[in-house]
Amino acid sequence: MIKLKLDNVNKQLGGARILRDVSLEIAAGEFVVFVGPSGCGKSTLLRLIAGLDSICGGDLLIDGRRVNDLEPRERGVGMVFQSYALYPHMSVYDNISFGLKLAKTEKTSLRERVLKTAQILQLDKLLQRKPKELSGGQRQRVAMGRAMAREPDILLFDEPLSNLDASLRVQMRNEIARLHDRLGSTMIYVTHDQVEAMTLADKIVVLNGGRVEQVGSPRELYERPASRFVAGFLGSPRMNFLPVRLQTPGETSLVNTLVWGITSLPFDSSNLAAGTQLTLGIRPEHVSLKAAEGTAGVVVTAVEYLGSETYVHLDTRLDEPLICRCEVSAGWQAGDRVELLLDIDNLHLFDADGAALSRHPHAIETLPDGVPLRSARASAL
Amino acid sequence: MSVSSTHAPCEELLLTRETPVQRRRVRAAWLFLTPMLLCLALVAAWPLLRTFWFSLTDANLADTGGGTFIGFSNYLFHNGSSWSGILVDPQWWNAVRNTLHFTVVSVGLEVVLGLLVALLLNIKFTGRSLVRALILIPWAIPTIVSAKIWSWMLNDQFGIINHLMLSLGLIDAPLAWTADADLSMWAVIIVDVWKTVPFVTLLMLAALQMLPNDCYEAARVDGIHPLKVFWRVTLPLLMPALLVAAIFRILDSLRVFDVIYVLTSNSSSTMSMSVYARQHLVEFQDVGYGSAASTLLFLVVAVIALLYLYLGRRQLEVRS
Repeated sequence: MIKLKLDNVNKQLGGARILRDVSLEIAAGEFVVFVGPSGCGKSTLLRLIAGLDSICGGDLLIDGRRVNDLEPRERGVGMVFQSYALYPHMSVYDNISFGLKLAKTEKTSLRERVLKTAQILQLDKLLQRKPKELSGGQRQRVAMGRAMAREPDILLFDEPLSNLDASLRVQMRNEIARLHDRLGSTMIYVTHDQVEAMTLADKIVVLNGGRVEQVGSPRELYERPASRFVAGFLGSPRMNFLPVRLQTPGETSLVNTLVWGITSLPFDSSNLAAGTQLTLGIRPEHVSLKAAEGTAGVVVTAVEYLGSETYVHLDTRLDEPLICRCEVSAGWQAGDRVELLLDIDNLHLFDADGAALSRHPHAIETLPDGVPLRSARASAL
Repeated sequence: MSVSSTHAPCEELLLTRETPVQRRRVRAAWLFLTPMLLCLALVAAWPLLRTFWFSLTDANLADTGGGTFIGFSNYLFHNGSSWSGILVDPQWWNAVRNTLHFTVVSVGLEVVLGLLVALLLNIKFTGRSLVRALILIPWAIPTIVSAKIWSWMLNDQFGIINHLMLSLGLIDAPLAWTADADLSMWAVIIVDVWKTVPFVTLLMLAALQMLPNDCYEAARVDGIHPLKVFWRVTLPLLMPALLVAAIFRILDSLRVFDVIYVLTSNSSSTMSMSVYARQHLVEFQDVGYGSAASTLLFLVVAVIALLYLYLGRRQLEVRS
């Protein structure tokens, strides 16, 4: 069931276009995360849904009803603010119950509702405290409690964890995930943190410059990014990008990698001209290394040790080093000469505008046998 | 056990012993404070003590140094058959009553109106910054000038106020605003409110802009009625600033002189404590008696200010 639908939503602010033709469908009970760099319009989009800002063009529908001109309270949404937005002079109990009193809820049920909410969020012992007597995580929970207590159909979160320290952020992230399982309400969550997006979302909406770049499950977005932007935004360390030139277009493309010569890749480039500049993308974990003999291969320029893994930087004679995620036990050191093995299943090819080329379904079989292979379907560059 | 017994003196030592750094800091602090303390001693302590000394003498304006010490006789004196002195002077108590009346009504009106205007000016509209600047004009005009302007506007024969009210049919005959005993206090209050609302507005506006904007957005999402938000969120959060604005105004009002003197001169129906003191000091040339009145005025202001600060702080503590 479609809970919320955005139809070509536009937002302009003093001449600047903040959102351009955003169309989106969100199912009931879904956990949707808006993610993107700062200034991409993700918070604005959330505020439009909440009704705190007005929509300049397009429609916003909740339960099939156009709500563009409805006040926030008529939309059945609750919102958790980045700054918590707690009333500083009120106790936790009053903060949670303040919005409830209006609903003419009976006195006993009001109290029950507050206590129930407090219990879910483990705030029951803090009800008489003032916000300033709470830790960041506790304040965050009060803010969530206040939004939840009214039992809105849609809960909106505006970067709720960005003011917390790293360990608390992980803990609260898990709590939010549990809360979603428990309440089953539709949640829309804005963040610039890709880890939050990947771990929490049923569906991620990547925004860039006021446009929707791609919508999909975390896995879809990570494994099959539709654009160079999405590919580069998700994943840390980010995807390696190498400039390549299209040698022979076709259902499988023959490309000149400029660094390692010509190779055939399983991407459909039939509608592109030979000589077009393309970008080859490969994630650090899809590059593997083996020791090179003599002066063959490339040189390791730096090794970052992270404890559980190492990031090996390779000199590709391009502007940026190519980064490879390796096991610590491999024991690579700066100065080593290595050969690269790229996992062909996990290569990405983007055109000059950054759009991903479609993968040719049968191309894999037609690939010529490469020299050293990482797997049956890997090719060495 | 042995640990705790050696621990205590050690801590004490740490607390009491001054390090060279601390000593340097204390010295620097005194260095910075000295000019300010000297200034205060010169312009506040010295006149105050001198006034208090005059109040214990029978000095007069022609020869302030020629007074003789008469103890507290200016305040209260029993000459065998009857009491005399300020504390039994019905004129003085009338002045006290007038001053309190003036203070309560004008400060009350100023705070309410100032808050209302500030709330209005806090709303975004075109030309807001111009209106914000314009509203300060009454506060920028010297009281003598504005009181004189008002005194003409309130003039019973030629004043524009009477003219307007007559032509609107609100009154049948011109009102003697500044001469009529029933009206003159109101005239004084109106002029003072007109002049000082901008000041309260300015303080309230500054406080309003400090209020957390996101709280209001949260209230909007939660669908809380704006009036409820005002009473339960805005007003409690504004309270500290409101109390500060009020104490400024209360202290000013208790010392009020210029607006009353320009509008109604020495009329007993509006005479404030300051006007009373001036009358004795200047017109009756009785520096001793006038100084005693000034000293009492100082005491009244000090007591009210301290009481207000104490109660205000306690109320704020209860709230937070």
